[in-house]
Amino acid sequence: MSIILSDITYVYMKKTPYEKIAIKNINIEIKQGEFVGIIGHTGSGKSTLLQHFNGLLQPTTGTVSVDGQDLNVKGAAAQTAKRRVGMVFQYPEHQLFEETVYDDIAFGPRNIDIGEEEVAVRVKKAMDFVGLDYNEFAKRTPFQLSGGQMRRVAIAGVIALEPTYLILDEPSAGLDPRGRDEIFGQIIKMHQQTGITVVLVSHNMEDVARMANRLIVMNNGQVSLDGSPTDIFSECQTQLKEAGVDVPPLTLLMDKFNQRGLAVDHTVVAMDTATESVLAALGRR
Amino acid sequence: MLADIMLGQYFHGNSVIHRLDPRTKIVSTILFISSIFLAENYQAYGVITVFTAMVIGLAGIPTIMILRSLKPLWFIIILTLLIHIFTTPGTVIYMLGPFTVTQEGLRQGLLMTLRLLFLIIISSLLTFTTSPVALTDGIERLLNPFKKIGFPAHELAMMMTIALRFIPTLLEETDRIMKAQMARGADFTSGNILRRARNMIPLLIPLFISAFRRADELATAMEARCYRGGDHRTRMKQLKIVGKDWAAAGILLLLIGLLILVKISVK
Repeated sequence: MSIILSDITYVYMKKTPYEKIAIKNINIEIKQGEFVGIIGHTGSGKSTLLQHFNGLLQPTTGTVSVDGQDLNVKGAAAQTAKRRVGMVFQYPEHQLFEETVYDDIAFGPRNIDIGEEEVAVRVKKAMDFVGLDYNEFAKRTPFQLSGGQMRRVAIAGVIALEPTYLILDEPSAGLDPRGRDEIFGQIIKMHQQTGITVVLVSHNMEDVARMANRLIVMNNGQVSLDGSPTDIFSECQTQLKEAGVDVPPLTLLMDKFNQRGLAVDHTVVAMDTATESVLAALGRR
Repeated sequence: MLADIMLGQYFHGNSVIHRLDPRTKIVSTILFISSIFLAENYQAYGVITVFTAMVIGLAGIPTIMILRSLKPLWFIIILTLLIHIFTTPGTVIYMLGPFTVTQEGLRQGLLMTLRLLFLIIISSLLTFTTSPVALTDGIERLLNPFKKIGFPAHELAMMMTIALRFIPTLLEETDRIMKAQMARGADFTSGNILRRARNMIPLLIPLFISAFRRADELATAMEARCYRGGDHRTRMKQLKIVGKDWAAAGILLLLIGLLILVKISVK
């Protein structure tokens, strides 16, 4: 069970003078249960790549399959397969339109012919996941919420579809640090509790490094690195620089410790393990 | 999807046509469009075709771009053709149930279609070769005399600049929202017209909200830079009518003369 992109190339505005190859020869398999981070600087093809995961864009060449179902085939089977992939776009709060938070989250589920009771259950569950209190928010208009709350409503709208794969494009863009931590906290919680597969796009290395167990680095429309965050940060710093992605500050700090002769583990990506490593190294001395 | 729409988009270039004064281009376009109405036979359209092809060639606009500018309007074009073919009385050459095709209808339909095609091509040539800023500058200057009678020339020009500037932005936005709602199972393509209109709500409401938000932000940004309308504003690029503008005007007059000649001589 996985999303497989094989040999994907996508060309924008084909056959015009504006023709541009956005991504080329992409081969990726997203396995169920993974937490994948995709990073790359602006224009590296991240967002284009993302839209292939649920068939919003059809590749110019190559095929995309979700759980073995080719998305390019017309028919109900491909539609169902697409539904298994939930997509949260950049600034998802811009897509809110209903009068109440409840109705907006229910928009997706209502589109897939399940009873209104089931819809209600799903909306409640989705609001719970994104940390919005049902009694407080369900009947309010989404347009008077704060930016972070609006975004959570929008994410809940996708979660309510109960996708197997959740794709998020820069879910923290434009939020303050607290809003960002809340959103990420909820994504991590959901990943752990339901085992949902998460693909997270960001250009903030630190966020991705902390959460993802696999990292894909995009550069110039191609995959330049694919592996675990620890491996990539410790071994591929030159490629990272080439791709225009910063190494997380924590890794840089640990490298500096190493250079100054303090033998810490420079592959750590989380603050608590880093602290432990530094304390251990200090204790050893 | 929607990003393919080309109408009203500037195509960067440095051809003779690009460098003409926008006023020349605007006036010429208006004259040219009116002169199309002089054309009532195939010969006249031959002349217009040659002239249009010449302008396209000079401007260096790829043919595919021209064709794309026609794309959003092909429905109207075909409809015009069909209506004329089936409704003009005259010598019947073909019958299909209640529909009769007449010789006159065929001719009338073809000529009307050609007329529509050239209207679109010529006006899109104007926007292809003139940047929105130059275009509105030109319009403002052309409307300047009317300011005396209280006509808000500058405000109108500014509104047009902004509208033109935001066409691609809003199209992009539409595309994005459409995809986001499609990812939530929205369906914009099937069902009858009523249902389809209702299905547009999830697209239109966010689009309006975002348009208003953008308008608000733009107004703030303009005020922050002390914008206060047309009076006493100076320009970085002063418009000047030079030799090539007169040459262009001459060629256009020649064309109109030729069209009148064709109209008189061919019956």
